[in-house]
Amino acid sequence: MTEANIAKSTSGTLVKDEPVQYVNELTTLNLGPTHPATHGIFQNVLTMDGEKIIAGEQTVGYIHRAFEKIAERRPFYQITTLTDRMNYCSSPINNMGWHMTVEKLLGVEVPKRAQYIRVIMMELARIADHIVCNGILGVDTGAFTGFLYIYEYREKIYEIYEEMCGARLTTNMGRVGGMERDLSKEAIRKINEFLTTFPPIFREFERLFNRNRIFMDRTVGVGAISAERAMSYGFTGPNLRAAGVDYDVRVMNPYSSYEDFEFDIPVGQHGDTYDRFMVRDEEIWQSLRIIEQALKNLPEGPYFADAPEYYLPPKQEVYRSMEALIYHFKIVMGEIDAPVGEVYHAVEGGNGELGFYLISDGGRTPYRLHFRRPCFIYYQAYPEMCVGSTISDAIVTMSSLNVIAGELDA
Amino acid sequence: MATDIKIVEAPEGFEGSGFFATSFDKVVGLARSHSLWPLPFATSCCGIEFMSTMASRYDLARFGSERPSFSPRQADMLLVAGTIAKKMAPVLKQVYLQMAEPRWVIAIGACASSGGVFDTYSVLQGIDRVIPVDVYVPGCPPRPEQILEGIMQVRELTHNESLRRRNGAEYQALLASYNIQ
Amino acid sequence: MLNNQSVAEEIVKKFGDDVYDFEEPFGLLTLTTTREQIIPMLEYLKNHSEFKIGFLTDITGVHFPDTTPATEYCVVYHLHSFIHNFRVRIKVFLAEADLHIPTASEVYASANWMERETFDFFGIIFDGHPNLIRILNMEEMDYHPMRREYPLEDATREDKIDALFGR
Repeated sequence: MTEANIAKSTSGTLVKDEPVQYVNELTTLNLGPTHPATHGIFQNVLTMDGEKIIAGEQTVGYIHRAFEKIAERRPFYQITTLTDRMNYCSSPINNMGWHMTVEKLLGVEVPKRAQYIRVIMMELARIADHIVCNGILGVDTGAFTGFLYIYEYREKIYEIYEEMCGARLTTNMGRVGGMERDLSKEAIRKINEFLTTFPPIFREFERLFNRNRIFMDRTVGVGAISAERAMSYGFTGPNLRAAGVDYDVRVMNPYSSYEDFEFDIPVGQHGDTYDRFMVRDEEIWQSLRIIEQALKNLPEGPYFADAPEYYLPPKQEVYRSMEALIYHFKIVMGEIDAPVGEVYHAVEGGNGELGFYLISDGGRTPYRLHFRRPCFIYYQAYPEMCVGSTISDAIVTMSSLNVIAGELDA
Repeated sequence: MATDIKIVEAPEGFEGSGFFATSFDKVVGLARSHSLWPLPFATSCCGIEFMSTMASRYDLARFGSERPSFSPRQADMLLVAGTIAKKMAPVLKQVYLQMAEPRWVIAIGACASSGGVFDTYSVLQGIDRVIPVDVYVPGCPPRPEQILEGIMQVRELTHNESLRRRNGAEYQALLASYNIQ
Repeated sequence: MLNNQSVAEEIVKKFGDDVYDFEEPFGLLTLTTTREQIIPMLEYLKNHSEFKIGFLTDITGVHFPDTTPATEYCVVYHLHSFIHNFRVRIKVFLAEADLHIPTASEVYASANWMERETFDFFGIIFDGHPNLIRILNMEEMDYHPMRREYPLEDATREDKIDALFGR
């Protein structure tokens, strides 16, 4: 209250309620680049009126690593390691997406078995991605327990990765032309174990959150975006589906035999934080469904394409046969020329349409490789989504968007 | 009630009825090494592995790091996990400056140690270009076991560090070489 | 379902000589236009009663230093129609001396950062852009790193200057 108002109220003549004159003082709040609630390094300079956000401006690029420039200097074979480090929450999807892009350029047809194994791995990666996103959303609303409880199952997925490729996080899984190894008995056992033990735990996780009064109060109607705005901002993946648009690359442009599986695309209505949470939640169930079908109908046959110029030969062959030795040498040294071409290939990543735009001039490295990173494109809508809300809502909105710094900054 | 709680062994000293005498250094080192408050400076992939280290299976809390201190002023140990771009380097240095002595730094992963595979125009080639580092953890990313091993190494350092080290000329010269007063 | 043939014919009918170089690499309709026509074309495809190509998938740049000076830089737009599941790629070539192109951020909100990124990497200036500053690199940077003449490696690194391993 200003002095004039106080004077009036103490004199006792206040009949008409005059609007209280606030001193219009805005605060600038610097959220990030290192803030525990930003889950990655983004800077948001927020202009606050009390606790209300009235404007926001982001700065990104704090972890710009020049993937696209490196890709111009590396043979196709070595770029897989770069894709790992983009969306590190779901590396296998990136790996497979890159392999499929190169296979499209080379015209290599991958056998059905390899495609099914890829689908299993990609869906496991999607579950791992959504576990982190939804778990962290719980942490940000004050429920650490759910995260700690469900993170154990991310470790179980890591174990399956280890069985398939030896690594936990940056998997570098698969090869151009197929997988580097078949699903072992142990891997199948671990996947089956995951399929039986995970659902009851996940149901408990759902029981903790889905109808929780506190959680709903914190998320329903928070950070909402309409379908039109979401499309204009280039949203894809779970965030677009939460706004009510049923766009999923797996259905629209099926790759790696996704057309063989029966699964639903969950769609939200309001595009708010709660819908995003629920869409991811349901996608985990759908991914489990896909994995079950893929395991059940896993075709027999080879797990790599018959393309010796591009697919690294088995090590035993390298010691025995001359051709294998030559191909091994050429592939490892990056001396394989790719055909001239221009490819755009998209896969449904953890956060949306992960696109690879590859221009090859016939050399050993891409002439130009551009990654369409879903995070980078939709994160620009963040100020619009949190203007008018409070700071605590803004934080919940951000974690529900699942922005991955490595992917965003390339 | 759990009865198998392990209590640290007392340092060397003289003991008699009703008294125990040892050097101050040893007591302080013992206390410090069992309650290191980490400040996670997680930027990328290694940050996710650090998250695994904190979470249920690897449980960093077992080693006295129950509370990740997100405020640099109350942290003992800066864990730099992930690539530090040149744009980020001043921020990292600022965070280091805000920490109170004694402070230890672990560079987790190849990127933080040396720039890793990212020998590019935008990436800082190792955080030791801006701040002094105590322990390097190799790996891309290192497994949680490796990160734990790195933290064990810091515990070893804190345990045996002389109380006067931070006032010594050698340490001051080290800081001066990084332009830190 | 739309097919490449019918969309191409329709675009030629509307834009005439301003669209050329029709291609179909891997089934994706690719065409080239001029910078004067790019914004009208984006609007036309978005508002077309039948096509409804209303989703901007991507904007990026490419540098071709070895071609003719008039086509040294290329801005590539990927568009997508969710209704017909139809993708189209539009290219605009620019000369090094005159790297100006109108911004698409009025048509698509998502173009804002994609254009900033293209500016950051290649130095292509999007006229009318609300905030055309560097996005990923530091403000102080004095060159556009994705141009092909610039090196990948960090220039300040000295430990790799070695007789055997070199750079």
